[in-house]
Amino acid sequence: MGIRFDSVTVAYDGNVVLDSLDLTVEPGEVMALLGPSGSGKTTALRAVAGFVRPASGRVFLAEKDVTDLPPHRRGIGMVVQQYALFPHLRVDENVAFGLKARKAPKGEIRGRVAEALEMTGMAAYARRFPRELSGGQQQRVAIARALAIRPEVLLLDEPLSALDARLRSGMLTELARLHRELPGVSMLYVTHDQVEALTLADRIAVMDKARLQACGTPRELYRSPADEFTASFVGGANLVPVTVGAGGVSFAGTELKVATEGVAVGARATLCVRPHVVGLGQGPNQLVGVVREIQWRGATHRLYVEVDGHTVMADLRELKDPPAHGDLVSLHFAPDDAVLLAAGAGHG
Amino acid sequence: MLVHSRRAKWAVWAVFLVLFLPLFALPLLVVLGASFATHWSGVLPSGLTTGHYRAATRGEALQALTTSLVTAVTASLLALATGTWAALAGAALKKRHRRLLDALFVLPVAVPSVVVGLSVLVAFSKPPMLLNGTRWIVILAHTVLVTAFAHQSVSAAITRLDPAYEQAAASLGARPAYVLWRVRLPLLLPSLTAAAGLCFALSMGELSATMMLYPPDWTPLPVLIYAATDRGALFAGSAIAVVLMAATLLVLFAVSRVRTRASYR
Repeated sequence: MGIRFDSVTVAYDGNVVLDSLDLTVEPGEVMALLGPSGSGKTTALRAVAGFVRPASGRVFLAEKDVTDLPPHRRGIGMVVQQYALFPHLRVDENVAFGLKARKAPKGEIRGRVAEALEMTGMAAYARRFPRELSGGQQQRVAIARALAIRPEVLLLDEPLSALDARLRSGMLTELARLHRELPGVSMLYVTHDQVEALTLADRIAVMDKARLQACGTPRELYRSPADEFTASFVGGANLVPVTVGAGGVSFAGTELKVATEGVAVGARATLCVRPHVVGLGQGPNQLVGVVREIQWRGATHRLYVEVDGHTVMADLRELKDPPAHGDLVSLHFAPDDAVLLAAGAGHG
Repeated sequence: MLVHSRRAKWAVWAVFLVLFLPLFALPLLVVLGASFATHWSGVLPSGLTTGHYRAATRGEALQALTTSLVTAVTASLLALATGTWAALAGAALKKRHRRLLDALFVLPVAVPSVVVGLSVLVAFSKPPMLLNGTRWIVILAHTVLVTAFAHQSVSAAITRLDPAYEQAAASLGARPAYVLWRVRLPLLLPSLTAAAGLCFALSMGELSATMMLYPPDWTPLPVLIYAATDRGALFAGSAIAVVLMAATLLVLFAVSRVRTRASYR
């Protein structure tokens, strides 16, 4: 079962928070909705769950129009940031809630609760109350509760945001394992964290200002972003203004060799270079500038180099002899590591 | 506490006691002292006796205590049911309509209770709604008076209730009625018991509306206390007042025990 948004628009008091979204999530696919807060990503998820009513457009689940169905008749699992476990019910009662509400036979409920708790590694905590569990454990129970009803669509709204960094990476691994174990379940995963999206998603939909900006596989969006917002939001990027020439571009009086297909000679454009492909020292596509900031990050050094009034970031393997603040350095990057973004792409 | 130094703490305690003792504790202690006295002409009561209590716990006074308890329990339960129902319904309304509903429910508190008593008396003295002369007119008046408090505290609790719980329940396939019984009401339970306690205490002490309405066979305790002091039997009246106080506190204590077991967060 997949999800399909057919130009879904949501407005509160005339304020458009989701602007004609068209998006299809294939059966069994993990789609991440990635964007900053206020980008409309959570609204899109709530439109699928049935908690907001689109002003126009339709929402389909498995090719069935569910726009007018109340939430309890949509048959979807949902996990939210604050877990929302029922505090007055034990863990096993929480997980059984959906099955009891659907009047499933008693024997079946017991089996499915055990199965869901087993799958999330929470079987040992069945008799506890939510308040007796840590944040990570509570989120596992919330996932077990959503999975117990065997939904074909699982909605995850910032499920890891309330956890600390170490727990988060552990839960990310768990979610990836769940997805492998439940290949038929489509997941819509709302997050503002690009690492979560890149790790987990089959495809990423990048949202900003109530609109879908770009949609593609993590690799596509990372390697060849379509616009500046996507480039900087997914993975971080150096974006420098350039003038297109024949077989290259010019920036700060320097000729740089990059592919220029599809962009007219003489046009203004933006060159996107990921910080980790920038090297220090002599090489092709060289840029000379002054070190403004240097950060040691354990395995890497990050340099902020000012080139002709623009800051260029470079992530370098830990340097034995790092340059000092104010030093003149030269940076370089390989021609096929850069992407040229035509002016006017996206909103930049 | 906001003050940290030892001396400042003592000073705050001293101010508290100077203000609290004369205003709140002393009058109650005086009633307690008077309830054991036969005379009080000096500094302390004299002619100590437990005779007033013997009178206050049997016969007419015992009957009045039962009347008060039955009235207060019935009125609080009725008020809790209507108040909660209205608060739940109000939560689903648009803001402007909800304000109107809130205002309607506050009315019996805003209006002096003598007026409420009089209007209930006038309204229910003629067929087909002839309640005058029965215990039901007293219970009805008490219900009208305390529903405001039940409605107010329950609607405050509903606005504090995180909608994430009902939404989680709905996404799991629970119908609205199921969500109400299995999620919302259990989560509201601590506020419901608190509201019930408040209604009970108010009803136990209600006098002004009751005075205009009570039939001879349904005399609540406050009326008896008023009658006793009115005819000059201050010490006998004090003993009944202490009984009223003790009974109310006892029930409130029991209700608060329910609350601590039902609060999950």
